Amino acid sequence: MQQTFNLRYLLEATKKTWLLLLTLTAGLLFVASSQAQLRVDISGTGAQQFPVAIADFEGDSAGRLIAEVIRADLTRSGQFRLINTTGAQLSANSPIAYAEWRTRGADYVAYGSVTSTGENQYEVRYRLADTINQKELDGVAFNGTDRELRRIAHQIADRIFEKVTGVPGVFATRIAYVFKQGGTYELQIADADGQNPQIALRSREPIISPAWSPDGRKLAYVSFESGKPVVYVHELSTSKRVPVANFKGNNSAPAWSPDGQTLAVVLTRDGLSQVYLINANDGSNLRRLTRSPQIDTEPIFSPDGQSIFFTSDRSGRPQIYQIPVAGGEARRITFNGDYNISPRISPDGRSLLVVTRRAGAFRVAAIDLSTGSETLLTEGPDDQSPSFAPNGRQVLYAAKQGGRNMLAGVSSDGRMRQTLSILNGEIKEPTWGPFGDTP
Amino acid sequence: MKLRLVKTLSVLTLGIGLAACSSVSLDDSAAGAGSSGMGGGVSGQGVMDPFNPSSVLSKNRSVYFEFNSYTVSSQYGDLISTHAQYLTKNPNQKIMIEGNTDASGGTEYNLALGNRRAEAVRSNLTLLGAQDVQIETISFGKEKPKALGDTEADFAENRRADIVYLRP
Repeated sequence: MQQTFNLRYLLEATKKTWLLLLTLTAGLLFVASSQAQLRVDISGTGAQQFPVAIADFEGDSAGRLIAEVIRADLTRSGQFRLINTTGAQLSANSPIAYAEWRTRGADYVAYGSVTSTGENQYEVRYRLADTINQKELDGVAFNGTDRELRRIAHQIADRIFEKVTGVPGVFATRIAYVFKQGGTYELQIADADGQNPQIALRSREPIISPAWSPDGRKLAYVSFESGKPVVYVHELSTSKRVPVANFKGNNSAPAWSPDGQTLAVVLTRDGLSQVYLINANDGSNLRRLTRSPQIDTEPIFSPDGQSIFFTSDRSGRPQIYQIPVAGGEARRITFNGDYNISPRISPDGRSLLVVTRRAGAFRVAAIDLSTGSETLLTEGPDDQSPSFAPNGRQVLYAAKQGGRNMLAGVSSDGRMRQTLSILNGEIKEPTWGPFGDTP
Repeated sequence: MKLRLVKTLSVLTLGIGLAACSSVSLDDSAAGAGSSGMGGGVSGQGVMDPFNPSSVLSKNRSVYFEFNSYTVSSQYGDLISTHAQYLTKNPNQKIMIEGNTDASGGTEYNLALGNRRAEAVRSNLTLLGAQDVQIETISFGKEKPKALGDTEADFAENRRADIVYLRP
């Protein structure tokens, strides 16, 4: 099933005018411009689509906004089918006519109220009804300002998603990426649906390899602003940053340990690219981890923090290896094809994403680490920078079509795909942030 | 032209005790700008000042590479030896070698590959007498391409290491 949307949105960014951002859970791109146009192509559906009715919340425009955001999130996950709620006027206290909703085809009904509790303060009460078992499945209240209403709606969508599918939702998470337009690079952080972009860094020189800290409060990245690649750690709430790796030669590929204390980085201070470890807060305590006569790069910690996956061409061509953080022998992980790079580990540690070259096309593949079996998730021809959503069910990556760089998404089973074409600027190096509160 | 020829012959005559070299360095005061054999057949003619744009050191400072390769082809032998000789004679002179790749492949892997190309040029230079401390290598990977198209010719132009002389 293929659906095409043409949308025009005007979005007020922090500083700049035209921005193109991706909605992750399913991939909707909002264009912050009255001129630029967004085109979203969604193909495929989930293995199962749950029919859900999302009624406008009581509370005028705020109530409608809450419902619209929830509907958009659930629709684009590909795992829900919206049931029409026209005519329903529900509030948080309304009794639910289960049988009537069943005849409308809804297995679940979400409803609630938004009430003003003071100067720019709102209370959002939400409930979720299960029409099959005829009972209330979920109910909770949130408080916030009007600027926080969208985030509250995403949190409600996450709760609905988890109650119905059993999997935590990622609608309230964030993504980081590099936006390039003309000669300017911007490191941007946006909500998973593309709203509220924040510009962490703007530069005339390249920015690459952004990496979220596990607590979501910091971004490590590589900036070429001083004339060579240097690794910075940037605290989002204060905009303060520290150059943690500025050694002779190249400094790049930062990756956080799960406890947030250590960064793996790639340095060329001793000749060729090798993997080193440094303290994440100030870059001290430099230790070398790999010693090979070839290229070692793109380190990534396992979720238990005990080992690091990395790219190495010690066998002659780039492949993925695993090495204990405490040091020791590296074990080869990939054997299909002669070019495997960009390892990313799933949150449960069971599968590995790689970018693999097959018949000249760069594609994203998922490898089951216990069986070694491989699934090709994307088609190419030039797919890069894959990252898992924190629930492990979606993959965000950068695709290139017609020479233009854009963001794309695919479900981790490969069934649902989204591609996003944009007119102005390019988006590269996407990376999905963790669960957690916005600092 | 004739005066230069006379000068050259004088130098050669005086230098008759020296071992035969394929290239002879002249003083900066040597007259004339052009040198013969620019395309790699450098034979030491002309101004040897890397900060002079008409010098062979400034004009001939890029090594190009095959796809996915970091091997310095033998066609760059003269280029390498020209720079190595200058660095040997000027031990306080430092250079940066900047490695680049074409747009094909991953960001970080290409950063490493570009560095590898720069390192290959470094080791060619140090084999001919340049000191390690005179050379720093960095890589821009595929991030700062010189040729912006996506033809094979553009890609070939970007698979390149540049020698950059640093001012003291």
